Order: sequence, then structure tokens, then C-alpha cells
Amino acid sequence: MDSEPANLISEQDRNSAEQRRQSAERLLKAWETPRGWRYWSAVNNSEVGMWYTVASFCFFLFGGVLALLMRIQLAVPGNTFLTADQYNQIFTMHGSVMMFLFAVPIFEAFSIMVLPEMLGARDLPFPRLSAYGFYSFVIGGIFVCGSLFFDAAPKGGWFMYPPLTSSFQDDIGADIWLLGLTFIEIASIAAAIELIVGVLKCRPPGMRINLIPLYCWYILVVAGMILFAFPPLIAGDILLEMERAFDWPFFDPQRGGDPLLWQHLFWIFGHPEVYIVFLPSVALMAMMVPTFAKTPMVGYSWVVLSAVGTGFLSFGLWVHHMFTTGLPGISIGIFSAASQAVAIPTGVQLFCFLATLTAGNVKRSVCLHFIFAGMATFIIGGLTGVMVAVAPFDFQAHDTFFIVGHLHYVLIGGTIFPIMAGFYYFFPLVKGKQLSERIGRIVFWLVLIGFNITFFPMHITGLLGMPRRVFTYPANMGFDTLNLISSLGSMLLAAGFLLFLYDVVRPRTKQPLSERNPWQAGTLEWLAQMPDLPWGVRTIPIIESRYPLWEQPNFMRDVDEGRFYLADAAEGKRETIVSSVIDAEPMQCLRVGGPTFLTFFAALFTGGFFIFATYHWWLAASLSGLIALGVILTWVWTGTAEIPEKEIKDVGLGLSLPLYVSGPNAVGWWAMFITMTADITAFVSLVFGYFFYWTIHEDFPPQPLQGPGVFWPVTGLVLLLIAYGLTLLSRYWNRSGYVRAFYLSLSLAAVVSLTGTLALLAGPWLTELDPTTHVYPAIIWVLTGWTALHVILGVIMQLYCLARRAAGKMTDRWDADIMNVSLYWHFLALTVVMTVGVIAGFPSVS
Amino acid sequence: MEQKHHHSEEFHERHERIWFMFIPPLVWAIHLLACYLTAAIWCAKYSSSTHSFMTVRVAIGIYTLLALAVIVFFCWSGYRRYRHLSEVLASDDDTPLDRYRFLGLATFLLSALSAVATLFVAAVALFIGNCD
Repeated sequence: MDSEPANLISEQDRNSAEQRRQSAERLLKAWETPRGWRYWSAVNNSEVGMWYTVASFCFFLFGGVLALLMRIQLAVPGNTFLTADQYNQIFTMHGSVMMFLFAVPIFEAFSIMVLPEMLGARDLPFPRLSAYGFYSFVIGGIFVCGSLFFDAAPKGGWFMYPPLTSSFQDDIGADIWLLGLTFIEIASIAAAIELIVGVLKCRPPGMRINLIPLYCWYILVVAGMILFAFPPLIAGDILLEMERAFDWPFFDPQRGGDPLLWQHLFWIFGHPEVYIVFLPSVALMAMMVPTFAKTPMVGYSWVVLSAVGTGFLSFGLWVHHMFTTGLPGISIGIFSAASQAVAIPTGVQLFCFLATLTAGNVKRSVCLHFIFAGMATFIIGGLTGVMVAVAPFDFQAHDTFFIVGHLHYVLIGGTIFPIMAGFYYFFPLVKGKQLSERIGRIVFWLVLIGFNITFFPMHITGLLGMPRRVFTYPANMGFDTLNLISSLGSMLLAAGFLLFLYDVVRPRTKQPLSERNPWQAGTLEWLAQMPDLPWGVRTIPIIESRYPLWEQPNFMRDVDEGRFYLADAAEGKRETIVSSVIDAEPMQCLRVGGPTFLTFFAALFTGGFFIFATYHWWLAASLSGLIALGVILTWVWTGTAEIPEKEIKDVGLGLSLPLYVSGPNAVGWWAMFITMTADITAFVSLVFGYFFYWTIHEDFPPQPLQGPGVFWPVTGLVLLLIAYGLTLLSRYWNRSGYVRAFYLSLSLAAVVSLTGTLALLAGPWLTELDPTTHVYPAIIWVLTGWTALHVILGVIMQLYCLARRAAGKMTDRWDADIMNVSLYWHFLALTVVMTVGVIAGFPSVS
Repeated sequence: MEQKHHHSEEFHERHERIWFMFIPPLVWAIHLLACYLTAAIWCAKYSSSTHSFMTVRVAIGIYTLLALAVIVFFCWSGYRRYRHLSEVLASDDDTPLDRYRFLGLATFLLSALSAVATLFVAAVALFIGNCD
């Protein structure tokens, strides 16, 4: 902000302590957390973020117990503690739980909890979406983990390679993995949307893009990575589940399929995933290091370079997991080179941290112990990573315990140690009290020593030739002592975590509250009172520096006394400020949703759809899916794009902002844009499948061509483009006030859309393409089916807009709904063009 | 403060394109994919024919020159923005000029990283001369 000095205090304001007290009361009332059983209807970021963190930590403990069971089994040769089948289930679940139910969710959970505080915002823009994501995560997680207790857990390894999982495992385990985790991936994408829009659009006035906390840069990068990394896996899940449930032969070489396609889709997700779990932990370090060094971060721009650069480069590494699949040397070389290059940005940020610690006056703390341990351990893991990026070495080490050692140094060093540091650092923000430094030091040494005793010997075990994923090994092959040492080390590591758990959950009634800002940090989240109040921040401040608590005079006092924006909630509504992307100029006073159980029921029935489908109970699954759709529509109908009682609102300091914004400046429009980016990435992954088959086959599409022909797909294309045009016209007519023309064009658009879908489906249907005979008809049906489902969703949205207009909830002035729906249709039109181009166009030119 | 108002129009955010800084790494990604797909498709479809592998090497060479041309352009323009109107190295003040310079520096650094990563990938074609 150029115009207002930070501590501008009017004379009137100075004399109105009573007024301030009343406004604080009104604000608290609006943000009050529901009590009793209604507590679970809370959607406030502090509540949902805390549940989310606790839930993912519980899954971490569960995954840890599974690891211990494996170490007990491997402690001695020829052990019979677990059967081979149990061991397979346990190692699969250990990997899957740690990656999908702990590492990714804990970052989302934690970000949902603290991001608004870091941004001086009241809440994230879609609190109900966060709650929906949380409930989806818990339901999906319990479903997947529960399978272990019924001897029905997945056992194909955390990467579920076919043909093992497609042709040799008839039990339900792989279905549980595919459908249960797809459900959770959707929750992850929901969180990513929330976090991107949060960082870009909910910053306090004045927090320009060069002033945002480094944590936010990392979150932006990681959430962006999720949008491009998770959809390929979802596409792979769809293909594998279609093969398992309906015998569509995507991975069956006898009918034209290829298991390698799964490996590509999985690792296009799987490698960025490593950075998706690593970068948020670096983000935590980037917040803690300046605090303990008592000086601003050295090389802020360089750290931004690292975050963005690592995010990009991490997508160019996926093939290094496939070095032993017989790829041409040049392909291996290309990905080996990219794997070496990623070490550059990864290293830069660590140098910045070390420089900051060297430049500052370091204060001793358990947090810092864990940060140092994290950096050292990660560097060791990173160096073994560079070793396995060298293809000839990888050929030797592939699938041995060397890799197990390497990946645990990376993940525990890079992710878990910083998270432990983060627990010590941020605990007072959540509970108002500190964790014990004394116990913390014991925890630290137990964990650090236990970790190294467990995982360092694995490098040697691996180099001696012990493969991964074996439930036992014969004596006297040189593995005995090393395995015993690893197993003993794991007990020490577990003892460390147990002690940590005790420190977290022990009763704290006698412990005094922590002082405010106990670490004397400089960033906004430490404005929190001890214990914190549910309003996020007393008043939304004006920011002029990267470390406002250090550098802006009287900052905390001015915030506490409500001297900035939105210090009141006169209408009793939950409100926060939406600002511009680059310079954070205030643009809107956004009203966000309050407590509701709708999100819980939406998640429950969405979960029902996936869970029933696992058991092939199609009727129950469809019913559950329909109810979920109904609940989501109710939620959207009652809780979004509400027409405000007035156009603009005075938010304080002489600033008035609109209460309703539609189009590209609205947060809802951004959410739709981001969702559809992820959606189209999944679609492109399916199209990639088509061309992958073209690459590996001499004749693809097989000659003579069976279908789907040109006529029906092109007819579908023309009709759907007409529907698209009519949707855009209806948006225009709605805004211009031509109500009849609006109703007519949008109704017509819905009818033409459905006709177009039928024409599209008629292509493969009338040419009698049978998806179980060969991969060609199967991939045609998948592409067509994907598009048809999206058109049906598009029609539901058109009907929704018609109903909104009829109900007076959408008008020519308040038109957010139709703006967002037309954005959906932009993407849909692109999907349709690509589908028809591939299924009808490509066979004609190839 | 005076400087802040002085430049506020010239550096207004409506003239700013934040996604410019993402173009160099995007070019790296496109270059990587182009090299990989060319090599993979060539090795799958034509390796048994009489065509020389030199075709792939020349193609990678051309991709690399094109990619570097774009990256160097952004590198240069980022550097110019970073040094615009100021000899001070830091860009951590709350002024539109500092934000302008920060985005310049970020573009410059990302371009440099992208150039190095692109050369890493291109170097493979110097050393590997067949599909084995």
C-alpha cells in the first residue's frame, strides 16, 4: 500500500476503546467455533487443519508400526513371524500409507492450519472445501488401512505394477488401493486448489509478491506440482481398474496392452511426488532458520529460484525409475542428465540456509537440532540419489536394499526431521503451550541415532545383493548381522517417536501458557495469542516488509487494537480480504462459508461411491454417487455466490470494497480454472496412453480400421461446439439483460450437448468396438467415455444456472455462476476437440 | 517513500506478467520432452531401418539452439529488469520498483538454471550415437 502509513490512528479511534471491545466481540461471535456435537460441523481453518494434522499423524504412527513388523520379520534369517503374504500386504501398506496418508496430507493439513495466519487472513477462501477434503481423506484412509485387518490389503507394492496387479492378484486388495487412493487423491487436489488461491488471492494489503513468506512460495510450487502430478496417476488408476473390473486390456501384452504404460503414468506422478513431500519440509526450514538465526533469510530470491526450479526439474526425472526396463541408451541418458541437474536448485536452498545460520546469531533449540540433522541426512540421501541417477550404478543397485536406504535418507532426512522441527516450533501456535525442550533433546538423539543404525547398514546389505520386498532370506549370505543391526536400530527409532508422542499428548494442565511469539519470530503467524482465537487475526494488517514483526514499528499493538482492515463483523458474517496477485491490492471483501455438516455428508457419499465400487456393488455405488452429487449441489446452491445485501462494504481506513465479484477476479473462477487444469492433465495422460500404444505397435490403429469412423465423432464435435457457443451466448445475454434469450440459448445448449454426446458415443457403439478384445477399442472407449461424462457434468451446470436465474439467485449483475460454467465449457470444448482429433482424425493421417 | 510514488505508475502491476518467469523452465521441459520423444519414437519405429541416428542428434541440436535462444532472451531481459534504476542488490522493500526488480532477478536466475539443465540434456546426444 502506497497511501497509508502502518500506524495511522485517528483521534476518534483513539478514544473509543469501548467501540473496539464491541467490534472484537462481534468478530469473535462471527468466527465462533460450534460447541457440543456441532463442533464437528466446524469448517474454520484452525479446526480443520488441526484434525487433518492429527489424522495424518495417526496414519504416520500406523505406517511406523507396520515398518516395525517388517523389521521384526527381517531381524533373523528364515524368520516365521510373518507369512510371505502378510509381509507383502504390510510392505505395500507401509509405503502407501506413508506416501498417500501421511507425507502429502500432513503438508496440506499444516498449510490449511497456518497459511491464513501467515498471510494475515481470516481463513482460506473455501473453508468448506477444506473440510470436504479432510473428511474424504479420513474416510478413504480408514477404508484403505482397515483392509489390513481383514487380510484383504493390497500387496502389489506401493507402485502397484501390472501385470502382477492386473493378472496375478484376483483378490480385492488392488481394487482397494486403486479406488481408495484415487478418492484421497481427489482430496489432495481439493487442498491444492485451496492453497493456490489462498497464496495468490488472500494476501494482506501491501504484501507484494517479493514480500511473501518463503513458505508461501514453496506451497504455491508444491500445490502447482500436485495439479500436474496427481492426474496422471488418476488416469493410470482408471486404466488399471478398468482392466481389473471389466477386462479392458490396457496392460495385457497379448491383447495389445503394455505394462510399461503404467510405469510411465505412475512415475510421472511418483517422482514429482518425492519433491511434493520434500519441498514443504524445506518450506518449514525456510520459516524456522531466520527465526533461530535472528536475521532475515540470506538470498530470498535464490530460495525462490530453488523452489520453482526444483518444482519444474522434478518432472523431468520420472524415467530414472525405469532404467532397467530396457529403454534405449539415449532415453536413459536424457533422464540421467536431468536427474543430475536437479541437484543444483536442491543444493542452492541448503546453501542459503547455511549462509543465514552463519550470518545470524544462532539460538540453541531442539528445532534447530532437527533442522541440522535433516540437512545432513538429506544431503547423504541426495548424494546416493546422484549415485543411482548414474545408470550403470543403478543397474546394479536397482531393487536392492541400497534403494531402501537411499529413499529413507531422503524422505526421513528431507521430510520427517524438518516436520519434527516444525512440531516443536509451531506447537504453541496450536495448543498455546510448548513441547518440552528437555524431553525433546532425548527424542532427538534417540531418533537420529536410531535412524542411522536402521538405515545406514541397508546400503551395504543392498550392495551385497539383498533384494527389496523379500519376506525372508537364507542364513550365511552376509545379510544376517546387518539386518539384525537395522532391526535393533528401528527399535531405538521407535522409542524416540514413542517419547515424542508422549510429549505431544501428555496432560498440560499445570504447564503455564507459552509467552506470545515464544521464538521472537518475524512473520505474521506469530501474531497469534496464546491460546489462539478462532478469528485468524484480529485485523487484517498492511504489510511493508518480509518480517513485519521485526521491522514494522508498533505492529503487534496496532493489530491487537484493531487498527487495520476488517476489525469488525458488523453484519455477523465471516469475511476476509481478497487482493490482487502481484501487488496484493485489496479487491474484494469475501464472505466465506460457516459451519455445516453438508461437507461431511458430501464426503461420506463420495466415499460410498468409491468404496461400493471396490466390491462391484454397482447399484449401491451409483446411488451413493447420486446422493453425493445432490449434497454437493445443495452445498453450492446454499453457500456460494450469495447475492449480498449491498454492493460495497467499508472495511476500515477509508477503504470500501465490493462484496461480490464475478469472472477472472473472483476466487471461484480461479478455483474452477485450477480444477480444470488438473482435469485436463488427467485427460492428456489418457491421450498419452493412445500415442504410447501407437509408438510400441507396428500397426496402431490396427488395420483394417474397425472404428469409430469419422462421421459420428465429427457430428458429435460439431454439435458440442454449437452447445459451447450457445453457452457463451447465454452468458452474454444474461449480462445484457436479455432474459428470454438467456433461457432459450442455455436450454438449447443443454439439449444439443446431450445430442452431441450421443453422437460421440455412437461412433464406437455403431462400429461395434468391443473394449475387451484389444487395447485399441478399449482406449477409444475410455477417451469417448471420459468426454461424455464431462459433457454430462457440463449439462448439470447449465441446468444449475437456469435454476439459479429462475430462483433469482443469479441476475445480470450477479452472474458468477454462469461465468464459472462458461470457463468449464472452455476446457470442455478443448477436451472434445482433442478427443475427436485423436479418435477420428489420427487414424486418417497416420 | 518519495521513490515509491515516483515510479508507481510505470511499475504498476497491470504492466506485469508474472508468468514470464516460468517460461524459461517451461522451455527446458519442452526441450526435454522433445528430445525424449524424438529419440524414443525414432528408436521404436526407425532404428532397424537404414536411417542414420545422426538425424536424432541433429534434431536434438536444433531443439537445443531454439531452446537456448528463448532462454537467453529471458535471461537478458530479466537481468536488465533487475539492474533497472538501481545499483542496490537487495529487492526487499515495499515498492513497485522492488517488486519489478525482484521478478527480474527471479526470471534471470530461473533462466540461468534452465540453460544449464538444457545443456545437460543436450550433452547426452554428444556422447550417445545409437539406440542400444
